[in-house]
Amino acid sequence: MNGLLELKQVTKIIQNESDMNNTILDHVDLTIREGDFITVLGGNGAGKSTLFNSITGSQPVTSGRIAFNGKPVTNWPEEKRARFIGRVFQDPKMGTAPRMTVEENLLLALKRGQQRHFFPRRLKENREDFKQLCASVGNGLDNHLDTPTGHLSGGQRQSLSLLMTTLTQPDLLLLDEHTAALDPKTSKRLMTLTNQMIQQKELTCLMITHRMEDALTYGNRLILMENGKVKLDLNQEEKDKLTLEDLFVLFEKEEALETV
Amino acid sequence: MLISAIAQGFLWAILGIGIYTTYRILNFPDLTAEGSFPLGAAVAVTAIVSGIHPVVATAAAVFAGMGAGLVTGLLYTKGKVPVILSGILVMSGLHSVMLFVMQRPNLSLLNHPRLYDAFAGLPNYFDVVIVGIGTLILVVSGLLFFFYTSKGQAYIATGDNESMARSLGIQTDNMKILGLVVSNGIIALSGALIAQSNGYADVNGGIGVIVIGLASIIIAEVVFKEVTLGERLVTIVIGSVLYQLLLLAVIRFGFDTTYIRLFSSSILAVFLMTPQLHKGLKLDRLSGKEERE
Repeated sequence: MNGLLELKQVTKIIQNESDMNNTILDHVDLTIREGDFITVLGGNGAGKSTLFNSITGSQPVTSGRIAFNGKPVTNWPEEKRARFIGRVFQDPKMGTAPRMTVEENLLLALKRGQQRHFFPRRLKENREDFKQLCASVGNGLDNHLDTPTGHLSGGQRQSLSLLMTTLTQPDLLLLDEHTAALDPKTSKRLMTLTNQMIQQKELTCLMITHRMEDALTYGNRLILMENGKVKLDLNQEEKDKLTLEDLFVLFEKEEALETV
Repeated sequence: MLISAIAQGFLWAILGIGIYTTYRILNFPDLTAEGSFPLGAAVAVTAIVSGIHPVVATAAAVFAGMGAGLVTGLLYTKGKVPVILSGILVMSGLHSVMLFVMQRPNLSLLNHPRLYDAFAGLPNYFDVVIVGIGTLILVVSGLLFFFYTSKGQAYIATGDNESMARSLGIQTDNMKILGLVVSNGIIALSGALIAQSNGYADVNGGIGVIVIGLASIIIAEVVFKEVTLGERLVTIVIGSVLYQLLLLAVIRFGFDTTYIRLFSSSILAVFLMTPQLHKGLKLDRLSGKEERE
């Protein structure tokens, strides 16, 4: 079966200060099919974020191939891959331009991956749509359309990031622990909103999370990373059978290995 | 004297606005300014002396400045040379370019036409004021038009949050090059106008101009807080005029002009340290201002 995104033997090696080779991603093979909502689990240093950076192209891979819809994109820069990839970062500060207003940020996102020209930006024409969009989130974002995003709360900023990322229906949505920096209540609300959007827009999504409950509750596929490898790749059926206890056991095993 | 200082303020404001487009919007300091400013002067004066109309000569100066910015931009984005170093390399190299252009370290405009001659009938300095205001209107409205285009918004986003900009498909390297080209074009324009007002160009005319440009920006930001982008550009003009008046006052009070640069740098250093001083003295907490998370 042909996947939407295919990673073949993707390896990332970095040299640390003492010139030692450190393998962050170790010959990763991964096929993401259209409609997949994959939750990604793994301890610190398992290579989750590097996997994301390799997919978006913000970090070049050492070896291996990446193909999107059968087209090789391994050497495409991040800006070019942005046409089909949307990403929400962990840090609320990373996803929005702090001195630009909420509506200006949305307008930027509306042109994701498109050529930007020397024509007036046409903010007014989009204002009503943006207002409705922000109102749908229900955290008062619609009252702050002309507030610089640097003045918003972390939760508001993250939901704006999510809106910006999904505004143009990306072929692949990457969520990098996007609720981790928020308080439990806000975090839960954002996760519900995220799931809603993914279902509604039928997005293909890869979500890194530290919360094992979320990894079980959401998505139709679960992968567990360890030492730069995909250790487990569970489909919907296998995932349904998995319990929280099973996951804890898996993680304990991993931590035991780390301490050896 | 007063009207002269105001006229000078207008011409230097063009420099401040040029520096603002990189220093505050793209968020990096570009030292090319110290080279592109006298380059603009050298090109304009040489062109006028060789019989070219002042308007064309001034335009040529702008293009020369843009070229300098392009070199810095390519060194920085494609060559991965740190931006400060790229600026220093270009600034230093431009010294030779200016000597090549002028064939001597300085060149006088005595008995040659200037841009200001078009308004020769007016009282002293008013010609400079009119040319200054006219140029500022052109530069500010041109920049504002640009900032509110799709490309301009991508440009601002690049300085605001580069990783986000890239993740939205904005070619941030091209934006930085564009910024350096436009900025140095404006700075060279300022150099060309000031040279025609002074009546000469000098290869060493760029020393310390960054401080003058930054001073107008910092004064504008201290006096006028929380303004829109368009208002900010206008306040830089006010900041620049205030700075020239301040210098005039200092000289009037009998301050030894030997120390004028030291004085300027010290004032600027104090202003630049204010956020840190505020933090150290916990003034923010006293005034109830705390960064919202």
